[in-house]
Amino acid sequence: MNKNKQKQAVLSVNQLSCCQSSQFQLKNISLDISESCCLGVIGPNGSGKTTLLKAVTGFIPTKRGQILYCNLPLETYNKQALSKEIAIVLQSTELDQSITVEDYILLGRNPYRKRWQFWESEQDIQVAETAMKITQIESLRFRQINALSGGEKQLVRIARALAQEPRLFLLDEPTNHLDISHQLQILSLLNRLKREKKMSIMIVLHDLNLASEFCDELILMQNGKIVRKGCPKEVLTRQNIESVYDTQVVEGENPVSKKPYVFLVSEDK
Amino acid sequence: MNQKVIKWGITFSLLLITLLSVCLIALSMGTMYIPIDQLISILLNQMNCTEYTILMDIRLPRILVGIAVGGALSLAGVILQAVFRNPLVEPYTLGISGGAALGVSISIVFALNQSYAMSLPFFGMIGAGCVILVIYSLNAFGVVHNMQRLLLIGVMISFISNSLFMLIISLSKSEQMHSIMFWTMGSLEEPNLALVYSLLIVSLLGCLITSIYSVDLNILSLGEEDAFHLGLHVERIRNVLLITASILTGFCVSISGIIGFVGLVVPHFVRLFFGSDHRTVITASYITGGIFLIICDLLARTIISPMELPVGIVTGLVGGLIFIYALVNK
Repeated sequence: MNKNKQKQAVLSVNQLSCCQSSQFQLKNISLDISESCCLGVIGPNGSGKTTLLKAVTGFIPTKRGQILYCNLPLETYNKQALSKEIAIVLQSTELDQSITVEDYILLGRNPYRKRWQFWESEQDIQVAETAMKITQIESLRFRQINALSGGEKQLVRIARALAQEPRLFLLDEPTNHLDISHQLQILSLLNRLKREKKMSIMIVLHDLNLASEFCDELILMQNGKIVRKGCPKEVLTRQNIESVYDTQVVEGENPVSKKPYVFLVSEDK
Repeated sequence: MNQKVIKWGITFSLLLITLLSVCLIALSMGTMYIPIDQLISILLNQMNCTEYTILMDIRLPRILVGIAVGGALSLAGVILQAVFRNPLVEPYTLGISGGAALGVSISIVFALNQSYAMSLPFFGMIGAGCVILVIYSLNAFGVVHNMQRLLLIGVMISFISNSLFMLIISLSKSEQMHSIMFWTMGSLEEPNLALVYSLLIVSLLGCLITSIYSVDLNILSLGEEDAFHLGLHVERIRNVLLITASILTGFCVSISGIIGFVGLVVPHFVRLFFGSDHRTVITASYITGGIFLIICDLLARTIISPMELPVGIVTGLVGGLIFIYALVNK
């Protein structure tokens, strides 16, 4: 944590509170994400993880507090400029249209479109090609998106976000409904982006062990507040997990990566 | 050059050629048959003969109204389907045409259309605009957050405006009732040439405005949230497009009466053949809408000639059957 704080923060959130339908969804959230850092957001359902991601992009207005992107308040950026910097992969995005994968990814170039530009430039096509290459979906290029499998769809969503060439990449449960090989594929891809493209990543995950394995820092949320933050070893303790999730667990260690590992304990036993 | 631009150009030219051919056929056919090869010579040289009067005063205005109304209703369908992300939406399901019909019937009851020719389209647009305003303010003041609920409210407004329309008919005097009923049946006949040309201009302007927002429509159809995160001014663009859709619907309904199905069938049909990219869908729907309505009108006035069927009946029958056939085969 301290080592990362020395690097310049790409995003800092100070004392942020948000409310929707006169109910507070987020209370006094403060966090920093530095360059090439992966911040995992964990917590039970309804703890405000997705709301936090949407507040960071400005989609949900803030009630109190401030969000700084590269030391400037979020409001000082215009929409187009901000979408060149921050990209988000939402859980709710449905890929039910009948357009090709390539056309869908090219929509991610919208922030770079000039006022009277109706057709993609050569550069747009090149960026889309690179995004497909990185996500290894070149073979799907001319397929219709509504005919893809769940794992392929998730990669296509990620590729569209990559076409925005963001510095900060937000993902909302990208591994949901995917088998372990696709989960690994997506998280390894994010790791590569972080290392090679110096991207900062904020990712909501339900699987605590995946979060432990792939995130540099974690925040544990409950009822719209941050309960714990720090490196996986500091956050994923038996005490923290049991108090927040109200479930019995046993702590362990991944024998290969030496990262903390959480085992569920069934109450029947 | 970008391959998509070439593809767009080819599609556009082919559709335009089809439209021109359909127009020529529609000009030549009718109670009095005028061979196509004589059309041009009549139009250029024989300005005093009966054929010239039939072509210039009856058939040509009808064709122009057909292009304008068919194109505009299809465009309104394209806009609403993209904004509401629902393939079953068209000006009729959302109550926009109901509102326009209400406005027009009020204008007929107060006999405003006899003193001012423009009062019909004006009241039609006001009626359509009011419905959009009600639907939209419910959304803006946070009464309804969800687009699907907004759609449901539109459907309810459609029922309410239809009932009010019926109420006005039942309370009006018999000659007004006749005039309203005649208008409701739907027809492309419009004796006032100034109205025909203003309809055509409004309709073409609508096509231009919608085309300017074609890429934005592609992004809007991903959903509100995704569009926001791709840097789109969702609210502003949605307002411009919905206002365009209501002006188009209001103007069309006030001149041609209630012609259902065009706004639903044409955009679907176009997507089936040309894909969902709005850069193609908008121009293709406009031209196909025109072609479709001219053909339907041709059928309506020739099937039981010299009598004439209301064109709305033909659009429903022909459109529905072709659409089911295309869906089953594709």
